[in-house]
Amino acid sequence: MRFHFKTSYDHDIRLFPDWWNFSAYGALLLAMVSLPLLLDSFFLSEVTNVMIWAVAGLGLMLLTGQTGQISLGHSAFMALGCYTCAILMNAGVPFLLAFPLAGIITGVVGALIAVPALRLHGVYLAIATLALAIITEDIIVILRQWTGGVNGMLAPDIVLFGVEVNRYVNPEYWYYMVLAIVIIVTLIYRNLLRSPLGRAFAAVRDSEVSAQAMGINVARTKTIAFGLSCAITGLGGALMGLFAGAFNNETFTFLIAIQLLMMIVVGGMGFIHGAFLGAIVIAFLPQGLSIVTDSFRWMSVPGLEFGVFGAILIFFIVFEPMGLYGRWLKIRTWFELFPFARRDMFRRQKSYLKTERVR
Amino acid sequence: MSLLELKNVTLKFGGVTAVNDLTMSVEEGQVFALVGPNGAGKSTVFNMISRFYTPFAGSITFDGEDLLKLKPHNVPRLGIARTFQNIELFERATVLQNLLVGRHRHRRTTLVEEMFFAGRSWREERAHRHAVEEVIEFLDLQAYRDKYIMGLPYGVRKVVELARALASKPRLLLLDEPASGLSVEETQDMRWWIEDIRRQMGITVLMVEHDMGLVGKVSDRVLALDGGKKLAEGTANEVQKHPKVIEAYLGTGAISKTASATGERV
Amino acid sequence: MEFMQLLISGLANGCVYGLIALGFVLIYKATEAVNFAQGDFMMLGAFVMVGLVNPHFLGINFWLAVPLALLIMGALGYLLDITILRSLFGQNQVAIVILTIALGFVIRFVTGVIFGHEPMNLHSPLALGDVRAFGVVISMADLAVIIVTVILTIMLWQFFQRTRLGLAMQAASQNQMAAYYMGIPVKRVQGAVWALAAVVACVAGILYGSKGSLDISAGFIGIKAFAAAVIGGFGSLPGALMGGLIVGVIEPFASRYLPAGYGQLAPYVLLILVLVFRPHGLFAQVRTKKV
Repeated sequence: MRFHFKTSYDHDIRLFPDWWNFSAYGALLLAMVSLPLLLDSFFLSEVTNVMIWAVAGLGLMLLTGQTGQISLGHSAFMALGCYTCAILMNAGVPFLLAFPLAGIITGVVGALIAVPALRLHGVYLAIATLALAIITEDIIVILRQWTGGVNGMLAPDIVLFGVEVNRYVNPEYWYYMVLAIVIIVTLIYRNLLRSPLGRAFAAVRDSEVSAQAMGINVARTKTIAFGLSCAITGLGGALMGLFAGAFNNETFTFLIAIQLLMMIVVGGMGFIHGAFLGAIVIAFLPQGLSIVTDSFRWMSVPGLEFGVFGAILIFFIVFEPMGLYGRWLKIRTWFELFPFARRDMFRRQKSYLKTERVR
Repeated sequence: MSLLELKNVTLKFGGVTAVNDLTMSVEEGQVFALVGPNGAGKSTVFNMISRFYTPFAGSITFDGEDLLKLKPHNVPRLGIARTFQNIELFERATVLQNLLVGRHRHRRTTLVEEMFFAGRSWREERAHRHAVEEVIEFLDLQAYRDKYIMGLPYGVRKVVELARALASKPRLLLLDEPASGLSVEETQDMRWWIEDIRRQMGITVLMVEHDMGLVGKVSDRVLALDGGKKLAEGTANEVQKHPKVIEAYLGTGAISKTASATGERV
Repeated sequence: MEFMQLLISGLANGCVYGLIALGFVLIYKATEAVNFAQGDFMMLGAFVMVGLVNPHFLGINFWLAVPLALLIMGALGYLLDITILRSLFGQNQVAIVILTIALGFVIRFVTGVIFGHEPMNLHSPLALGDVRAFGVVISMADLAVIIVTVILTIMLWQFFQRTRLGLAMQAASQNQMAAYYMGIPVKRVQGAVWALAAVVACVAGILYGSKGSLDISAGFIGIKAFAAAVIGGFGSLPGALMGGLIVGVIEPFASRYLPAGYGQLAPYVLLILVLVFRPHGLFAQVRTKKV
C-alpha cells in the first residue's frame, strides 16, 4: 500500500502525484519512443491507428465523460476537421499550420452549433447530433466542388520540417508525428482537468442548478466544452483521413460516431486512460476477429464485427459501467488493500430515477 | 443601508401565490432566520435571491445593486453563496474538487492559460487551494478531503455543502435548512459553525430553518412566513410568542393551551 | 393528381414512422428512457413475420401468424427487460441510450445471420391489389397501414388516459420511489411497457413488410421516426402520430420538388429546426427542476 505524504498544495496540482507515478509514465514514454525499433511497419501502423482513434476519443470524452453531454454526431466534426485540413493543405498551407487551424475551425463551428444544441437535454441532444451526423454525408456530396463528393479526395502529402511523412515510405515518422500530437492533446486535457474550467465541466455534469449557484455560466461552459471537444475530435478526424490516404462521403458515417461513443464507454467514461483502452479495443477488434474467423470458417459472417461490438458493449454497460479502466482501478485497489478489500466496496448504489419534467 | 433588501416582492406559480407582498431587510453582520410551516414560501425567497425565480412584482437589492437585473450565475459574483435544502453536490467529484468549484467566482485565468497551465495558472491554483484548505480545516473535513461525494453519509454531505458555499468567501450566506436531517450532535456543531461564520469571518447569514432551538440560539432576527405572507418579525422570542405564529403552526384556538410550548421544536 | 398521389404515399410512410415513434413515446413515457433500437425492433418484427409466413420458412397462414408474431415480439420485449434492462434500473438515461444502440447492432447481426442480407418480400395478403378512387391509385397495403395506425394510436392513447395500468406506467416514470410507495410494482410495469413497445414495433414491421421489400437495414428508418417523436414532443402519443405524418408527407414532396441531393435532407433538417426552435416539440411542455 502506498501513502501520499503531501507537504505543499503543489502536490495536488502537479501532473504526477509522486515519483512512482512519474517514473511509470516516464517508462511508458520511453517504450513508446522505442517502439519503431521493435515492431515491423504493419504493427507500427496499427499502433498509429490506435493513437488516432484515441485522439478522436479524447475529444468525445471531454464532452461526454467530463461534461455529461452525449453526442452521437462526432463523426460530423471528424469529417469537418479532415476536409478542412486537406483543403487548407491543397491550398498551399503547410501541414504544421493547417493541422492546428483545422482543429480551431472545427472547434469554432462546433461551438456555434452548440449554442442552440446545448439547450437540449440528454436524449434530445443525442438525437439532434445523430441527425447532424446523418446530414453530413449528404452535405459532403452537395459540396462536391470542394470535397470531391462521392469520388472523394486524396490526402495531400505531409511535409514536416522539409521531410515528407508518408506512411508507406517512412511509417516511423508518421508514428512519431501522431505520438507527439497525442501527448500534446493529452497534456491539454490534463491541464483543463486541474483548472477551474475542468471543474466547471464536472459541476455542469453533476448538477446544473448548483453549478449556477456557484457562479458558473452553464450555457457558456457547455458551449466551450462542445467547442473544445469538436476541436480535438476534428484533429483526430484529420489524422484519420490523412492516414487512410483517401476519403469520401462514406468515410465518416454516423456509425463512426457511434463507434467513438462505444469506444469511450468500453474504455471507461470520464478517464483519460479510458479513451486509450477503448481505442485499443476498437482498433484491434477487427484484427482479432479475422484471426478467429480464419481458424473457424463457420464464424465468418458479414456484420460480425458490429454484432460482437454490440455484445461487448452490452456486457460492459451491464456488468462494468466504468469500463476497462474502472475495472483496472478496482483490481488495483484490491491489491493495495489486500487482504482487506471487501466485495461490496464497489457495489453500485441503489438509485431511483426522478423526472425533471413536470408533465 | 441594509445589505439585502426585498421590497413588496410577489411571486405567483400559475394561480398560487407563493410569496405575497413580502418586505424584509437583512443588515450586514446579522444572522437572519426565516421560519414558517412547509409551503410557506421560504425556499422560494431563496430561489428568488439566487435568481432561479423572477418575482412577479417588487424589487430585490444587494448592497444597493439590483439583483433582478442579474442572471443566476452572476449572483455569486456579488458575494452571495447558498446551500440547498436537498443537497446538490457534484456527486462524481471529490470533496476537494467540490470546494474548488465554490471558488469559481474568483477565476481569473483564461481558457488558453488553463489549456497550457501557463501564466497565472499556478499562482491562481495555489491561491484557490489555500482558501479551500482553510475552509476544510475550519469545518474539520480533513478526513474526507479526497473522498468522492457518492459514498459520503448524509451528515457529512451537509457540511460539505456549507463548506462549498464558504469556499467562495461570500459576504452573504444563504443556508437552506442547514440542520434538517442532522443528529443532535451534528446540529450542535452546525450551531457553533454558524456563530463562528458570523463572528470570525464577518459573513452575514440568512437561513431557513425548522429547528426553533437552533434558530433561537443563533439568530438576531427572525421572520415568520405563512402562505407567502409575513406573519411576524422580531427576535426569536418575540416571534415565537406572537399569536399569529402560534395560530399558523397549531391552528386557531390553540393559543391559550400552548403559550408555554414556545422554545420547543416547532 | 400527382399531388394526391404523393400525399397518399407520404401518409402511408408517415404512419410507419408514426408507429415506430409511438414505440419511442411509450417507453419514454413510462421509463424516461429512449429506445434507440425501436427501429430494429420493427425490422425484427417484420422478419419474425417473414419467418412464420413465407413458404420457404414455416409457411403458416398470414392471419394465424399475426397474433403469433405479436406474441413472440411481446415476449422478446419482456425478456429483454428482465435480462438486461432491469439491471440498469434507475441508472441515468445516457447509459440506456448507449445500451439500446448496442442492442440494435446485435439485433441486426442476429437477423442477418438467420435471414441473410438479401432484400426479401413478406408474403402478405395486404400487398395484393390497388384501389382506384378519384383518379388516384391507392395500394391496399397503404390503405391498411393508415387504418391500422389510426386505430392503434387511439387505443394506446385511451389506454394511457383511462386504464389503471396506463396511469401506473406514467406515474412510475415520473418518480420511481414515490411510485413504489404508492404500491405500483414499478419493475413489472416497466417490463410490461417494453413488451408493449415491442408489440407496437411488430405491428409496424408487418405493415412495413407488406408495403415493399425488406432487409436488415430497414431499422434505420427509426432515425426518421425520431424526427416524428421529437416533433410530437416525445410525451404525447397522438403527437407522435402527427409527427410521423408530417415527416412522411414532407419526404416525397421534398424529393420531388427540391434539387437532387437536397431532398433526403428534409426530415433531418426539419428535426433539427424543431429541436432548435421548439426543443420540447410542438405539443409538450417541460418546466425546469425544482430546488
